[in-house]
Amino acid sequence: MENIALKELLYKIADDQLILGHRNSEWTGMGPLLEEDIAFSSMAQDKVGQSYAIYQMLHQLGEQEPDTVAFMRNATQFHNCQLVELPNGEYDFSLIRHLLFDTAEYIRFDYLSTSSYQPLADLAGKIKGELQYHTLHANTLIKKLGTATEESINRLQHSLQVALPYALGIFEPSPYENILIEHKIFKGEVALQQAWQEKIEFIISKTQLTLTDWKVLQPVYGGRVGRHTEHLQPLLDEMSEVFKIDPTAEW
Amino acid sequence: MYGGGNTFEGIKTDSVAQEDPILLAAFEAKIERGEKIEPTDWMPALYRKQLIRMIEQHAHSEIIGALPEGTWITRAPGFKRKLSLMAKVQDEVGHAQLLYSAAETLGKTREEMIDDLLNGKSKYSNIFNYPAFTWADSCFISWLVDAGAIVNQLANAKGSYGPYCRALERICAEESFHLKYGHHCVIYLATGTEKQRQMFQEAINRWWAPMMHFFGPSDKISAHTEILMKWKVKMGTNDDMRNQFLDMYVPKIWELGFTIPDSNLKKNVETGRWDYTEPDWEEFKRVINGDGPCNKERIAVRRIAEERGKWVREALKSPSVAYVTPLA
Repeated sequence: MENIALKELLYKIADDQLILGHRNSEWTGMGPLLEEDIAFSSMAQDKVGQSYAIYQMLHQLGEQEPDTVAFMRNATQFHNCQLVELPNGEYDFSLIRHLLFDTAEYIRFDYLSTSSYQPLADLAGKIKGELQYHTLHANTLIKKLGTATEESINRLQHSLQVALPYALGIFEPSPYENILIEHKIFKGEVALQQAWQEKIEFIISKTQLTLTDWKVLQPVYGGRVGRHTEHLQPLLDEMSEVFKIDPTAEW
Repeated sequence: MYGGGNTFEGIKTDSVAQEDPILLAAFEAKIERGEKIEPTDWMPALYRKQLIRMIEQHAHSEIIGALPEGTWITRAPGFKRKLSLMAKVQDEVGHAQLLYSAAETLGKTREEMIDDLLNGKSKYSNIFNYPAFTWADSCFISWLVDAGAIVNQLANAKGSYGPYCRALERICAEESFHLKYGHHCVIYLATGTEKQRQMFQEAINRWWAPMMHFFGPSDKISAHTEILMKWKVKMGTNDDMRNQFLDMYVPKIWELGFTIPDSNLKKNVETGRWDYTEPDWEEFKRVINGDGPCNKERIAVRRIAEERGKWVREALKSPSVAYVTPLA
């Protein structure tokens, strides 16, 4: 049971990182300024690299090879939250998603760095160090653009409104929550969401943006159990286009 | 990635006669001694103009070059390739950032350069006007187009303008990893399935002519460049660069069992240089002047990126932007 709970946790984290890493990489060559192009490409590498490391951990727990897991599953077999699969949209949406998601991921890996499952604790310590730069980047840009022009503030405000219900889907309740807490593998989604909300409130308070009351927001759930938007399958089809020419070939 | 081909057509040297002869002599003596020219040093107007033109074209080539390869990041087969290609293309964009900064030291802003790219006044490496249809095309670019770029850039790194040379040294160090990555990808295709081998052979067939064009028109027809060679703006002739590339890479391509679509291609034992069918320079000119398979698409994509990002750039310049402590 403990093993199933651990795998569920690892799959959702790895899938989140892979899909958002893929989305971030779509900014390569398309950024609003070269520096942001480079920043999103850099975060894409970190995130895809992090997912690779977690899929390797899953492989050691008896799951298939990372390439098979990442490139051969269909959308219903993915456990990422819907937030990460949404198209990049304009830069304001990508930046807001980056803030909301990476703030949660940083706290998640901070918790995991003291996990009783030692391989995960070791890996989380390393990943946390990378994610710290992602949150620094998001916070810096949100503070700047969230105080700059009427257009930048309006754009970010609109994207914040759109993204928040999806962001709450990061914390979709897990059937294994209590087992993970009991075995000190992970402090759980409830604790994570609480810490995340406080952090987001603090960052947004430094800008001219406003947050909707948490109580009236309707979380978008489903991603963790394989229910996805229409955007995920085309992303996966594109990702596996070459791999599937011959999955037994070495590329 | 950059080939020096289209930089030097039609320069006018008349302005050199109007330069102060004492300053000009000191400038030339400095170059002759192998010293670098720095941004605050005196320099002839023609030198400044040509360097801006060259560095700017190089910078544009990096961001435009990110497009044909960038489309393969989301399709790269397997984690290792995906991670490597992301890093590689990110490097290319980083090179553009370095190069625009180097060109800015000569007095033209990044915004002016990008405007000139979009309005067609300034060019970029011709090879990126061709499409990358398959994964094997992206492997061809990573291995052989980068190899060609290194031949050019290593030569230019020995040039006379300090900021450009220093940027090129860093760029070449990174490009050498790109070359290893590209070669690794090609070895896997070469030693893989019949389908994989075929994919790369088709990529060679498609890309060989643009690759020969990459180094620019034959010395027999290219414009007069003596003064630029003397000032170490241009470090070798187009044919020298092309020959060096052929010397280094044709044997490697043959060794992997692929063919090159030029029955006249062979090393001439008497001259020590490569014989080949003269590339179609009319096509080269046509493509450079906007009539290639992807010119319109490349510029259109770049224009969309610029237009979509405009509000971000303007917002960051706004005086009301909150001061955020620098992170490092």
